[in-house]
Amino acid sequence: MIYHELIVVGGGLSGLRAAIEAQRDGVDVAVVSQVWPGRSHSGAAQGGINAALANHPDSADDTWERHAFDTVKGSDYLADQDAVAQMTQDAIPTIYEMERMGCPFSRLDNGRIAQRPFGGAGYPRTCYGADKTGHYLLHTVVEEALRQGVTFYTEWFVSKLVVEDGVCRGVVAYDMTRGGFQGFHAEAVVMATGGAGRTYSNSTNAIISTGGGMALAYHAGAPLKDMEFIQFHPTGLFTTNILMTEGARGEGGYLLNEAGERFMEKYAPEAMELAPRDITARAIQTEINEGRGIGGGGFIHLDLRHLGAERILERLPGIRDLSIHFEGVDPIEGCIPIVPSQHYTMGGIDTDVDGATEVPGLYAAGECACVSVHGANRLGGNSLLETVVFGRRAGAAVAKYVQGLEVRKRGEVATRKAQQEVERSLEKLASAEGSEDAYAIRADMTTAMKDHFGVFREEEVMAEGLDKLLALKHRVANIGLRHAGGVFNLDMIRTLELEGMLDVALTTAAGALARRESRGSHARTDYTTRDDTSWLKHTLAYYEPERPRLKDKEVALGMFEPQERKY
Amino acid sequence: MPEARFRIKRYDPEEDAGSRWEDFTIPYDSSLTVLEGLFYVQEHLDGSLAFRYCCRAAVCGSCAMYINGTYRLACQTNVRHLHGDTVTVEPMPHLPLVKDLVCDMDEFFAKYEYIKPYLIRDSEDPQKEILQSPEDRRKLDGPVDCILCGACYSSCPSVWGEGNYLGPHALYKAYRFEVDSRDEAGRERLPTFDNERGSYRCHTIMNCVEACPKELSPTEGIQWLKGAAVRRRLFGSRK
Repeated sequence: MIYHELIVVGGGLSGLRAAIEAQRDGVDVAVVSQVWPGRSHSGAAQGGINAALANHPDSADDTWERHAFDTVKGSDYLADQDAVAQMTQDAIPTIYEMERMGCPFSRLDNGRIAQRPFGGAGYPRTCYGADKTGHYLLHTVVEEALRQGVTFYTEWFVSKLVVEDGVCRGVVAYDMTRGGFQGFHAEAVVMATGGAGRTYSNSTNAIISTGGGMALAYHAGAPLKDMEFIQFHPTGLFTTNILMTEGARGEGGYLLNEAGERFMEKYAPEAMELAPRDITARAIQTEINEGRGIGGGGFIHLDLRHLGAERILERLPGIRDLSIHFEGVDPIEGCIPIVPSQHYTMGGIDTDVDGATEVPGLYAAGECACVSVHGANRLGGNSLLETVVFGRRAGAAVAKYVQGLEVRKRGEVATRKAQQEVERSLEKLASAEGSEDAYAIRADMTTAMKDHFGVFREEEVMAEGLDKLLALKHRVANIGLRHAGGVFNLDMIRTLELEGMLDVALTTAAGALARRESRGSHARTDYTTRDDTSWLKHTLAYYEPERPRLKDKEVALGMFEPQERKY
Repeated sequence: MPEARFRIKRYDPEEDAGSRWEDFTIPYDSSLTVLEGLFYVQEHLDGSLAFRYCCRAAVCGSCAMYINGTYRLACQTNVRHLHGDTVTVEPMPHLPLVKDLVCDMDEFFAKYEYIKPYLIRDSEDPQKEILQSPEDRRKLDGPVDCILCGACYSSCPSVWGEGNYLGPHALYKAYRFEVDSRDEAGRERLPTFDNERGSYRCHTIMNCVEACPKELSPTEGIQWLKGAAVRRRLFGSRK
């Protein structure tokens, strides 16, 4: 049995930022991560991170309040305004701190951090390092965590949370390179495992973004919030759904249909290509659905050619490489074929602004959490910001919680028991006949999510999708496992992921079906307008064995009155 | 339906004394990547196949392998672009094995940690950002783009010959910080690379440059370190 005061599950930006903070505050922290932390999905973020630094010549009078307004308006007024105010204020010192830690941001001529325009933002507010901002930030926090002496358990797959008397006491994890399960006994756990993009077949997300941490917390009794709000990024590569940053449009890129028209003029005449993602994704999907895709097909063009080779090479070198390698198109010479693709889970484990969940001892931060600062639609550049701001806050809060505990090391027996339970259930799985194929179920689930809970939604289509998911859940009961032991057992890991993925997918489905309005990313063809009278509220989903139990939660207003969104 | 033949080097520590080859036939279409091929094998033909994966977009560095005799990221390698009728997939050579295509990277990361891979400063930090000119920032292009995939380290004959050598990845990381106008490590990081384990063991064979899937040049950074170390010894100046 392993003991640390604090276990952080997930080695991306949120987890490491939390770990750094708690370790600095004197807590003994261990990060347990499925991959070497520098490989986490945070590193795939491209375009940038928002903060009202007012560095850009066109953003001299930018303020955190304006950042807050853009964020709340972008969220279609579902974000909690106190949380947004906290994030946009914290943004400024947090970005400076990341820079002083070593993050190689791009620079203005005067030596300050460079900023670029992004969708739904009134000012050029997005701080960036070329088009590799996530990679730079991630490596910076990995290196800072090493400097601070954080302990790493690299390539350990967490399969269970230990909860005793309603309090979180640790985790059980599989040691991928040495084999076997271990109990990690702790005073508190921070969940920082990222989004659930891979519940969809058309996701930009890393293959490990399966919503695993959400599922663990959900099964342990913490509710998931606003799971019906799934962001579709306007520009994923056509054949692979790999992300093409919004920064490509921030730098001046066009979206073109078959006729060569900049069709955004019809949908967002002022903001054009820099409308928020929900609006832009719907515009693209509409063009495709109405036969104006390229060659009448299922994609449209992202055109960067007019930016010129020099600007593309300096500001968007990663985009160019991806387009060449994965689509065979050099954007200096040709148009990039793109399609809206699942990109971000606005919902997640319900937390307060300090990362605390309904389960004492369990904290969460980043994409797996829902504070909520993104509401029904996240603005580009706000997700990296969320990770470092709320990672830091969760780290500070959990350190205080741990240091304030009067009795320690209480969960040893429960942790040992949980480990034995995991081992026993795997032995059972390995000895089962296994009439069902886990990979076939996974494929059916991700296709169902794409087909039934996509950019546009409708009662009948969603009801059918929900039925499919429920049927899949029954099939999961009959899967087997060829072999339960050994090292780097992908079969076991991917089988363990499946049940959680299905339960998380069900919260999206149930929430989407229940919410009879259109708000942000949740666009219903049968209820086309926002309904603040009935639906200006969050959805909480509590785990029940059959299907989630839904409950409402109030939205924190106060700074800005809800109004119609126009761009 | 068109097919592709994958020849994969297998090793199971519980069953095999050494590596063995195994052939698989999988459905082919023109967008098939090597990583997708491996997933097909794992899901449909042999669930015990082990390999690393994460972003599948060439940014996380998980899936560096030896494919048709060349270091490549499996996710970024389109089968269509490979020559011959068989895709040969091996783990990165010269590294200890965990299983199948998964190498043991512990020493690789220990060496990276050894060179103090973080900004070291004496001056008091400003309230806002530390200023850096675009020209100074451009010096970081390259070293900050390293994804620590391990290809350079696996390809370096100096690593093969002298296990203690820090390797191109660690030294390139030392260069990333030494060349950063904000770093003031002075003599603090110097001893980590100015020694018999460090930059002098690079004999500019340049395998690392050829192996790097991100087209970076660790060799160039290591030569800069040699110069910087000598200048610092002789004149005490940093850069």
